[in-house]
Amino acid sequence: MNILTYLIPISLVLGAVGLIAFIYTVKSNQYDDPEGDSRRILSDEWDDHPKP
Amino acid sequence: MTAGVRPSISACPACAAAPAAEDLAERALKPSQIALSLPTIHCSACISKIERGLNAHPGVRSARVNLTLKRASIDAAPEVSAEEMRSLVEGLGFEAHELDGASLGATSTDRAGRDLLMRLAVAGFASMNVMLLSVSVWFGATDATRDMFHWISAAITLPAIAFSGQPFFRNARAALSKGRLNMDVPITLAIVLAIFTSLWETVLSGEHAYFDAALALTFFLLAGRYLDHRTRAIARSAAEELTALEVPRATRLREGVEAQVNIAELRVGDLILVRPGGRMPVDGEIVQGTSELDRSLLTGETLPVFAGEGQAVSAGEVNLTGPLTIRATAVGADTSLHRMAGLVAIAESGRSRYTSLADKAAKLYAPGVHILSALSFAGWYLYTWDMRTALNIAAAVLIITCPCALGLAVPAVTTAASGRLFRRGMLIKHETALERLAQVDTVVFDKTGTLTTGTPQLTNLAALPRAAVECALALAQGSSHPLARAITNAARDAGFAASDLVEVTEVPGYGTRARLNGQEVRLGRASWTGATPLAETASFLKIGDQAPVALVFADNLRPGAAEAVEALKSSGKTVILMSGDTTPAVEALATRLGIPQWMAEALPADKCARIQALSGEGAHVLMVGDGLNDTAALAAAHVSISPATALDAARVASDIVLLGNDLTPIAAACETAQSATRRIRENFRIATIYNVIAVPLAVAGLATPLIAALAMSLSSITVSLNALRLR
Repeated sequence: MNILTYLIPISLVLGAVGLIAFIYTVKSNQYDDPEGDSRRILSDEWDDHPKP
Repeated sequence: MTAGVRPSISACPACAAAPAAEDLAERALKPSQIALSLPTIHCSACISKIERGLNAHPGVRSARVNLTLKRASIDAAPEVSAEEMRSLVEGLGFEAHELDGASLGATSTDRAGRDLLMRLAVAGFASMNVMLLSVSVWFGATDATRDMFHWISAAITLPAIAFSGQPFFRNARAALSKGRLNMDVPITLAIVLAIFTSLWETVLSGEHAYFDAALALTFFLLAGRYLDHRTRAIARSAAEELTALEVPRATRLREGVEAQVNIAELRVGDLILVRPGGRMPVDGEIVQGTSELDRSLLTGETLPVFAGEGQAVSAGEVNLTGPLTIRATAVGADTSLHRMAGLVAIAESGRSRYTSLADKAAKLYAPGVHILSALSFAGWYLYTWDMRTALNIAAAVLIITCPCALGLAVPAVTTAASGRLFRRGMLIKHETALERLAQVDTVVFDKTGTLTTGTPQLTNLAALPRAAVECALALAQGSSHPLARAITNAARDAGFAASDLVEVTEVPGYGTRARLNGQEVRLGRASWTGATPLAETASFLKIGDQAPVALVFADNLRPGAAEAVEALKSSGKTVILMSGDTTPAVEALATRLGIPQWMAEALPADKCARIQALSGEGAHVLMVGDGLNDTAALAAAHVSISPATALDAARVASDIVLLGNDLTPIAAACETAQSATRRIRENFRIATIYNVIAVPLAVAGLATPLIAALAMSLSSITVSLNALRLR
């Protein structure tokens, strides 16, 4: 049963990481244009150097 | 579930139709922000082409295209005009329209939606973790392990509920402070009681804790709220885009210099230039110019009205032929346009009288569960004299009867139905519009602009002598007057060639004149050509001294008008035609479409009164109209539809907006609404059946947290799946 001392905190931390990542995506407007974003990955415009 | 608390944009059409100037200014985007509507973009190549083109412009700081909304937002230097940006994008080969930032501002960030989503995420995260711990407890964890799991669950649940449950707590407090019960009161009570007894049990090393149930309850209910919010947010943003397409701008003359200004900046006494094809921005008096006015949006009349110096004009009328200079006599909220929109507020009873199915269910449900829970508490307390057992059972009853299925029953169905109708080109703006549409048994149509397109069509071409047609074509082809255009199209389609005329001059407000073989020829108004006016829309041709020839016009039918009327009649609904136009014109259309009941020369108040009379007789009236003269009727009707071409005030007053040009979806929408309402009722029955099975277990003290979790999840999932069955 001692394994629980590791497993429970690990499961909580992993879940919290997911939650924080989701909150970050919502806060940074990443759901404003789902259609456009799914097409933008096909554009090769910024492939060689990142957008300034 | 809680009709009273959601901020509804259509709660007060008059306010929405006449936003105060300061309100507009507050909501407006920054002046350097330009928004364009790009209806034709569809792929990544379009996005990069437009963005590259816009960013190459020296005055543009940044430009971003949103493919979901089909919009571009441009951050530009103040001297860059929207018109310049629009022509730049058109030059790249895309259709572009300027959007009014003021009408758009409200949807740019959906704060409420984001807030709900955040709470939903937290509830979801917490309920998954707690469920993990609870499953171990249900499957045999005992003693110290169980207590530890309960404590960890409590540590997760308390902050998560404190954050996620806030919408329910707020609504419940608001309802209670007004002395009313809504769905949120039992929800809040169930959550609070569940957490309280679970904590108590945890402290005493008890066997059952309901932390997972409290969280799952919050999660499911928030999901319902979020679905509901999204459906209306989509409709609202589409409706606002329609409004934003009409940029409120006017040309002001000051000491002979023209300037484009926002309509909100116009003051009484300003001189305003209205070009042919433009709409009067304010009420005023003509100081210069003669022309004809199309008043069909205000009165429903199709016949253009003569306009000369000294005559009063009302906001909303369309200038047809010559440029007019008007002096503003009333601006903003004082214009007759806005005063008529004010009628809407008085007539607003159709929709406020209606109680949604969800509210009806809540009214039965809330007292029911409270009494049941209180009775089981009292019963068990008297039986065992043990506060802990009694409280545990009361909490179990509240949790088992949890309204998650009820909370999902309506939003799941409305989301599915609204999505289907949206794809067919209908925008459901009001939350109870579908339920009301399902009850409709009488359909009232407006004529001009609704059943007809408002563009005239020449009807007596075959009966006219060849020379007359050729002469009329020659006179009409240079003019942009709608009747002249109708003559040109009809004569060209029939293969006529224009005769040779000299000295063709257009006399704004009257017609066109020229010389043919030395004789004067005139095409225009009855009084100008010496003819006696006809009842129908007509133009007259006078060649020399011969008697004038009448060219008669009828309105073009809107596509799908005949099919829609036919489909509505065959589904057993009464169809009525009500118009402000003349009796012969209305009668002709009614016979053409086979509508037995019609009403002509109706004033806005007549239409409204007739609809109220019909409602008084117990009919559920659907009003379909587009003009300002229909707004009061639209608001008074049980449910209302307006086409996208309607005046803004009419669109605001109606529950549903028809996006396409076609009228056929109306009949289909009534059927979808009926099946949606059937699904909602079915969902309520399913939720009730679950309660009937689970509640006796809870009252008998046999319910465990496992049974509660199963009942809750199963009923919520069944209800959602049933909603997806909607056809």
